[in-house]
Amino acid sequence: MKIFIYFALLLTFLNCVSNQSKLEVYDFQGIKHFLYQSDEKVYVVNFWATWCAPCVKELPYFEQLQENYKTNIEVLLISLDFPNQLESKLKPFLEKKQIKSKVIVLDDVDMNAWIPKIDSNWDGAIPVTLIYNSKKRQFYAQSFTYDQLQDEVQKFLN
Amino acid sequence: MRNISLLILMALITTTLSAQKGYNIGDVATDFKLENIDGNYVSLSGFSEAKGFILIFTCNTCPYAVAYEDRIEALNKKYAPMGYPVVAIMPNNTNIKPGDSLEAMKKRAIEKGFTFPYLIDSEQTIFPQYGATKTPHVYILEKVLVENIVRYIGAIDDNYKDASLVKIKYVENAVDELLNNKEVHLNKTKAIGCSIKI
Repeated sequence: MKIFIYFALLLTFLNCVSNQSKLEVYDFQGIKHFLYQSDEKVYVVNFWATWCAPCVKELPYFEQLQENYKTNIEVLLISLDFPNQLESKLKPFLEKKQIKSKVIVLDDVDMNAWIPKIDSNWDGAIPVTLIYNSKKRQFYAQSFTYDQLQDEVQKFLN
Repeated sequence: MRNISLLILMALITTTLSAQKGYNIGDVATDFKLENIDGNYVSLSGFSEAKGFILIFTCNTCPYAVAYEDRIEALNKKYAPMGYPVVAIMPNNTNIKPGDSLEAMKKRAIEKGFTFPYLIDSEQTIFPQYGATKTPHVYILEKVLVENIVRYIGAIDDNYKDASLVKIKYVENAVDELLNNKEVHLNKTKAIGCSIKI
């Protein structure tokens, strides 16, 4: 029994240590609650990947948005990077660009099953962005400039 | 009041539908004349023996497209002799993606031993007509008299990561159904891909 407790403690300890640099990786079931949070905040959820040039281009605008609206907006960057490139591509990218918004990884190969659940009109091209609050939600299959992004978010803040 | 809401709803639905460009299932697909990596120009009408086509918008530089290269080649090996050759079209603006230039396409095709035509939509006029938005993006066409009818739009299969773990081979199933004179029962699928660079 004692050994068991020590082992459990050790596991917890290891888990805490590795969490420092560990990315959260989920399947679609796992990200679902990030898409339906119903508090006072406006959630800006961007689907992107380091291999997607237009995604990388607009990333600073999402960062800027998070910085400028710290209290009432929450930006979530859902990476669709390949699972075998998280260490080699995604992590170094996040460090280099000093990304401060929350980043999670969606790893779910059955794309035909989950893409329509995010939006029925989404054909799978990225970047796409979902903006929602407890009252309404809108899906954008487009790239943003900072001004465009701010304009859209304003509609949710008012 | 209810009638007005209904009208607004219908107007919204119509706008949404008309906003979706490109072909739907059952539409007649346009032919084209595009340059192949061997310098020749290729048209669908040039395949007199074909029963249809596995038309794939793909490229060198998208990691999803790369993940499917061997499977695209395998599709051609399997289905070209049965009347459904693969025709690949590279739709990207090569100024934005120099890695997708005709020269780079040629190099990649040689490295991978592609046996299908790998064409370049250099004017970027064909992919918008089909409504392709990303790579890879598959259109299966069935030849009916002189027309090519769209029978399937979407992904190749349901596991980009590992061909050995695929559960549903969307494209193979669709072509098999067409070869057996059956209706394609799963005729539209979705997958993440790289947006076409314009």
